[in-house]
Amino acid sequence: MSPTDPLAPRGTVPAHEPVLTVSGLRKSFGANQVLKSIDLSVRQGEVLALIGPSGSGKTTVLRCLNGLETPDGGVVAFRGIRPVDFASPASKKQLASLRDQSAMVFQHYNLFPHKTVLENVIEGPVQVQKRPKAEAVREASSLLDRVGLADKRDQYPHELSGGQQQRVGIVRALALKPSLLLFDEPTSALDPELVGDVLHVIKELAEEGWTMALVTHELAFAREVASEVVFMDGGVVVERGHPDQVLRDPQEERTQQFVHRLLNPF
Amino acid sequence: MDIDWDLVASSFWPLVQGGIRGTIPLSLASFFLGLVLALIVALMRLSGNKVISAIARGYVSVIRGTPLLVQLFVIFYGLPSIGVVIDPWPSAIIAFSLNVGGYAAEVIRAAILSVPKGQWEAGHTIGMSPVTTLRRIILPQAARVSVPPLSNTFISLVKDTSLASLILVTELFRQAQEIAAFSQEFMVLYVEAAVIYWVFCLILSSGQSQLEKRLDRYVAH
Repeated sequence: MSPTDPLAPRGTVPAHEPVLTVSGLRKSFGANQVLKSIDLSVRQGEVLALIGPSGSGKTTVLRCLNGLETPDGGVVAFRGIRPVDFASPASKKQLASLRDQSAMVFQHYNLFPHKTVLENVIEGPVQVQKRPKAEAVREASSLLDRVGLADKRDQYPHELSGGQQQRVGIVRALALKPSLLLFDEPTSALDPELVGDVLHVIKELAEEGWTMALVTHELAFAREVASEVVFMDGGVVVERGHPDQVLRDPQEERTQQFVHRLLNPF
Repeated sequence: MDIDWDLVASSFWPLVQGGIRGTIPLSLASFFLGLVLALIVALMRLSGNKVISAIARGYVSVIRGTPLLVQLFVIFYGLPSIGVVIDPWPSAIIAFSLNVGGYAAEVIRAAILSVPKGQWEAGHTIGMSPVTTLRRIILPQAARVSVPPLSNTFISLVKDTSLASLILVTELFRQAQEIAAFSQEFMVLYVEAAVIYWVFCLILSSGQSQLEKRLDRYVAH
């Protein structure tokens, strides 16, 4: 990979250095305690897969990391910025500094329908990061080319298939050059025959050394790309470890039941 | 009844001029100012601040709950008794702008709320502030949704400007009244005025469909 490759992950930090450390993360919606003290860490170049039944809180973890939800407690520490302790209310500046470390790929893509594919991708780099437009366009074109959408750059999102839209969603996140990519069930809204294309792109990114956290129901995929699998249920981490261990030989009963149910749906 | 076609012909141009010099500029100015006001009121309504939101709700309630003619008379005939004298034209523009502001605020508020929450979240994740997200992501999508109801507001406004004739603004309907009073041909003049209003509104309606078609490219189907 050349140094100017837009797909190159940001930073030259040695592998295995933690990009993110989360401790004691708590979040409630009203009386419903969704996260009860979650600890996580993701190292440079690693892929963390969060799995678990719906309502287990895994999506809320991602949303807290990106500032889409504000945690009620806990410490979120990204490498290179001051850790944010949610024991006291965080300032807007702190929240923005956290948010800028990561970029979210949404289950329902959430592309901007009134902007072309290219405009969707360069919106963040140009409008927010104030990078030169020509440079942003060049990088965006190259990223789109990498995910096989070079010929779609001037089309509008509604003219694309779900799989193509999600690949644009991934490129939009990549263009921000975040230290951590967040994927919230990126293939759950797709027709089955389109899932493969999107997973293929994510797998390539993992192989190129992007650091990411991924919420998914695709266990086979998690086993293939993840460095660590975290199984959550009821707002707590029940079991974590190497994918082969958690997915093939889970120690906890709840993990065993969940994995069994997903692998044998009938 | 015999129709005096000479009168129809000779009064046609003065009526159209009343439209061009009175009705149309009055409508355009009031609609533009009203929309600016409506956007502010809509955002106040959506604000988390209860006091600001209550002020906006009160404003909308008063405007929608009182007749436009009464609002017009309060400004032109009422205010002078507390020492505020405003000329006919500015009075009319103030009254119509306030009125449009009240009705369009609800349209704009609903249009903003109709944009899916995911669009706000996508703006957030690429690093945009809420204000930038509103301006670049939410409002362009809300604009498309609000074209049909705002067009209705505008067409209503064009017809309502005839009320300005009652505070001495020379517009289309006042021209008709003056010529009718002079010629005593009330039926001819008022029907002629009605036809001209109708043609204005037909043109506006076709403009609305053009605009909808153009903006359609930008929304998901």
